Amino acid sequence: MKIVVLVKQVPDSGAERNLRAEDNTVDRASANNVINEMDEYAIEEALRLQEAHGGEVTVLTMGPQRATESIRKALSMGPDGAVHVVDDALSGTDALGTSKVLAKALERLNADVIICGAESTDARGQVLPHMLAERLGVAALTGARKLTVDGSQLTIERQTEEGYEVVTAATPAIVSVWDTINEPRYPSFKGIMAAKKKPVETLSIADLGVDAGEVGWAGAQTTVKEHTKRPPRSAGQKVTDSGEGGVALVDYLSSEKFV
Amino acid sequence: MNSTVSPSGLLQLDALLSDEERQIQDVVRKLMDATVRSEVHHWYEQGRAPIRELANEFGRLGLLGMHLHGYGCAGASAVAYGVACMELEAADSGVRSLVSVQGSLAMYAIWRFGSEEQKQRWLPGMARGEFIGCFGLTEPDHGSDPASMSTRARKDGSDWILHGSKMWITNAPLADVAVIWARADEGVRGFVVPLDTPGVTVREIKQKMSLRASSTGEIVLDDVRLPQEAQLPEATGLKAPLSCLTEARYGIVWGSLGAGRDCLETAIRYAQERIQFGKPIASFQLTQAKIADMALEVQKGFLLALHLGRMADQGKLTPEMVSVGKLNNVREAIKIARECRTILGANGISGEYPVMRHANNLESVLTYEGTSEIHQLVIAAKLTGIQAFS
Repeated sequence: MKIVVLVKQVPDSGAERNLRAEDNTVDRASANNVINEMDEYAIEEALRLQEAHGGEVTVLTMGPQRATESIRKALSMGPDGAVHVVDDALSGTDALGTSKVLAKALERLNADVIICGAESTDARGQVLPHMLAERLGVAALTGARKLTVDGSQLTIERQTEEGYEVVTAATPAIVSVWDTINEPRYPSFKGIMAAKKKPVETLSIADLGVDAGEVGWAGAQTTVKEHTKRPPRSAGQKVTDSGEGGVALVDYLSSEKFV
Repeated sequence: MNSTVSPSGLLQLDALLSDEERQIQDVVRKLMDATVRSEVHHWYEQGRAPIRELANEFGRLGLLGMHLHGYGCAGASAVAYGVACMELEAADSGVRSLVSVQGSLAMYAIWRFGSEEQKQRWLPGMARGEFIGCFGLTEPDHGSDPASMSTRARKDGSDWILHGSKMWITNAPLADVAVIWARADEGVRGFVVPLDTPGVTVREIKQKMSLRASSTGEIVLDDVRLPQEAQLPEATGLKAPLSCLTEARYGIVWGSLGAGRDCLETAIRYAQERIQFGKPIASFQLTQAKIADMALEVQKGFLLALHLGRMADQGKLTPEMVSVGKLNNVREAIKIARECRTILGANGISGEYPVMRHANNLESVLTYEGTSEIHQLVIAAKLTGIQAFS
């Protein structure tokens, strides 16, 4: 089984993140850049599939040169190799453009299963798996909290707010996962040391047959026109307890779907 | 407030580590957060830690014997091993002791002095954490002076008979195998002794006030019969066990620094939040002076440890260098722990904070693997050409 995991480098969601004033893009230069958290679950799921069914796991990343740090970290968990699409012309590419580039790269990789995180912690669009499925003409099994494979049949439990749906599709397919699906492993020391020797293929958009005009600022179909900082939190709602405080609290929690 | 940095961020010394070393440090820190940090004060209070579970977890990661090559070991650099020890001991000295004794003492002795058969039999399982090892050199009556050891090894046909006892042996109560050092007619010899061998009894040492999240015992050897194959063929003389101690001491140079750093980070956080006389106690100049002085020692200790690590990776590390590192870093770490306790006031003695636990642990660390006094004598012997203890 040939498995490709999509890995994105994002600014650490645990630290303060900013958009740049000049072009409304994420300030990556001053941020601590890490593997998108949800992608670690995707890598873990890919490795578990490989352990159960054999085959090969390849990491696919589109991102600037410094994304190689995240690729090495991803490889230290156990995948066999990586493909890094890196090109100056990609700066400013939106989700549609990203899906175009990744789809071209995926066509070359010929994967049975493509696994990715359900969303990235920077853009949080959740659109990429669907765009890729459309471009590649494969099934989209999105928002999985469980994945099982039986021959060429994939079955997921799609997590919803109310419960879950069971969805099946035949390979090839793209599966996006939530952090409920597994517990990602720590990279072993052997894995960390082996990662730097694993093959990482670097591709430009020319290698993929993508024209510079289709990506970057020029090709973007969407733009961020302006941004403002989120206002500081306003005071919460106070419930004065006159014997019914508990009920009011439970009502609030259930209306917000906390319980 | 101006932006702050952690004590280890002050000089950005992280930049001296490779990506690989930083990643190993990061993984060990995360593992400690997930498995040790929130639990260890309970273990400490109960005087009992889930050592087998920890060993299995550490084995999966590759922590056990991580600086050794082959036989299932990770083959990491000395610096990588050092930063791992630092993060382990930032959680607890007892947890770091488990790894030191397994990797640097028991596994190293077999790896360095063992036969191919001994290595094949023990090392892969020890690296996975399935077998727990310990190291018997210290005796009830012979600590700093191991040359006077009373444990005897005598030949009986092709077998060896071991008789004597070993004291203060970390991991002994639950270990599967011990490397035991004994005096034979031809000099000090080492033996790989499965602890279920007839004649071996192990007693756990209770009522410790230090290293309570670590298991310590006495091993009694009552005419224990071992086949010739149990002897470590390459170990001749006291130099062999002493070289193992140099390995373990090197880990302590880094580890003690981790305990000191954890105390300092705790004290800084506490001082920022604790209000007295209407303001955080971090506002008082006496507290600021303490914090600044301690941060200096943490940074200097790191540079010292890193220098020793780089020397080790170039094959240039000498026992005297390790003595400098152990003497300085443990002595400073225990000073830091005690000073931090004063910043935390009465809360400093509470198990809710790690400071008193680290301070108590470091009392053992100050003494084991060569006391501070012995390291002073080793260093001064090198400087004066006169050995004070021969």
